[in-house]
Amino acid sequence: MNVTRLDVGFIPLVDAAPLICCSEMGFAREEGLDLRLRAYPSWSSLRDGLCFGQLDAAHMLAAVPVASALGLGGTAAQLHALAVLSVNGNVIGVSRDLARKIEAQGHDFAFDDARAAGQALIAAKGDGLRVGVPFPFSMHAELVYYWLSALGLPAPQKLIVRTVPPPQMADALEAGELDAFCVGEPWGSRSVEAGVGKLLLPCSEIWSFAPEKVLAVRAGWTDTHPNEAHRLTRALWRAARWLGTQDTASLVPEILSRPHYLDLSPDLLEHALTGQFTISAEGEARHAKSFVAFFQGAANFPWRSQAEWIGSQLAKRTGLDPVESAHAARATFRSDVYRAALDGIAPDLPSASVKLEGALAEASAAGSLGGRLILDRNVFFDGRIFEPIQ
Amino acid sequence: MIVEPDRDRALQIADSLRDAGYQNLKVIAEPSSLSRHIASYAPDVVLIDMANPSRDMLEEMALASGPLERPVAMFVDRSDDQLTAAAIEAGVSAYVVDGLRSDRVKPIMDAAIARFRMIQRMRNELTETKRALEERKVIDRAKGMVMKARGVSEDEAYALLRSAAMDQSKRIAEVAAALVASAGLLS
Repeated sequence: MNVTRLDVGFIPLVDAAPLICCSEMGFAREEGLDLRLRAYPSWSSLRDGLCFGQLDAAHMLAAVPVASALGLGGTAAQLHALAVLSVNGNVIGVSRDLARKIEAQGHDFAFDDARAAGQALIAAKGDGLRVGVPFPFSMHAELVYYWLSALGLPAPQKLIVRTVPPPQMADALEAGELDAFCVGEPWGSRSVEAGVGKLLLPCSEIWSFAPEKVLAVRAGWTDTHPNEAHRLTRALWRAARWLGTQDTASLVPEILSRPHYLDLSPDLLEHALTGQFTISAEGEARHAKSFVAFFQGAANFPWRSQAEWIGSQLAKRTGLDPVESAHAARATFRSDVYRAALDGIAPDLPSASVKLEGALAEASAAGSLGGRLILDRNVFFDGRIFEPIQ
Repeated sequence: MIVEPDRDRALQIADSLRDAGYQNLKVIAEPSSLSRHIASYAPDVVLIDMANPSRDMLEEMALASGPLERPVAMFVDRSDDQLTAAAIEAGVSAYVVDGLRSDRVKPIMDAAIARFRMIQRMRNELTETKRALEERKVIDRAKGMVMKARGVSEDEAYALLRSAAMDQSKRIAEVAAALVASAGLLS
């Protein structure tokens, strides 16, 4: 088979694991692909690298393709998502000062109750709460807005969400420029290790099945390179299956920790993969169930309703037309390409490409072509159900 | 306004812009104060290295659109693809404030691009040189080990390494590195 070279960019984060393992464990080779992985220093540089053709595909925040379709931000080209790379994987933390105030009110940092944690945070700081997120268009930002506004802290009047690059999050917290942050691992654990923050809540408690990173390509690429798009999607699906079903707990942190990937100690990377967190410098331990999912519950399927949820949140926040935004958003998650790529490979695919978001109180069987598909728990902390437009 | 933590590089960029006839240059080294500085200096253009992670902070400012805030519009719009591509290739990104006219932006960008290219070339040369030096050291160590183990001269040791490399279709430096690494296990 001819080997095709693909340039793929990523941000050094634990959830780049599917791409890194796809290359390291030979899944790309099996599809005749030679993945040239390149680490990028910021989401905007990665996005531009993709838009201007330095890259064929990229590890991308799920909200970025949607924002590009809505004309938000400095995106120079439309981006599409071929697959979801990970579900959840972010954590919310607070400064030590704020942690002490929250403790003084009697909150136990239980790590499993979004309502109690949010109310404690609002009571301790309230007006003018400053939360750092990695990028203006990210699930980090959307989940923080969703969570705190549902609990009575509206933005921008009372809540300030600021962009801070993850490696600088701990410094910004220490310097008193932020009260709290929402960030992907290992940067939450890093702030604990640095002794400047305490972890309050995994984002999976806000929305238990939030799409986090996607495999993004330029919108036209799937038409000009259908073959490569399918092979890349298949290779990633196999890597995700390996990550999600095999015992990889000791191997994956080692691979990710290498200098040209994350260049951080494997111990720091384990928390996200095992769900075992140390939430404070005093060593308090907490467990997060399904902190990040790479495969379980059809995690990789790019549901059009997921894109639509993001689009509707962005539209609300920026004053865009909700119906137009919903249509533009859902076109960016290419469930059609995903289906074509995995036809006959994945044991089962969902029969629909949209679903009610937030309507599965526990993992359940779903309508699928082969009748064997189990979807994971999918609930918002406040019980709301998001119904996509027809 | 130039965002660059390395003082020498910042001065070089500022100099080349000054040579191109631009005044009122402001250099920011500390990324955390970026938004405050932009608010107080109200620059026409902000130049930042693409390798600088603080660039994402500027993206956020591009969204601020209240009537009193000066929006920082991303330069990477659809106006001049060639110029943009050149900027990206050179590793510089620019944010234009308050819709500065594109005929005024172009010369600034041209000067910045030229300077960034030069800096990038120097960077590449430095890494290449470092790598070559590193390889040289490893080859010397491997040569020494072969000389000792086989009791041969330096030239013969090098010839052995070269033929091993040719057999395995690898570079000499790679074979030498493998030898040095595995010898470490035995000692």
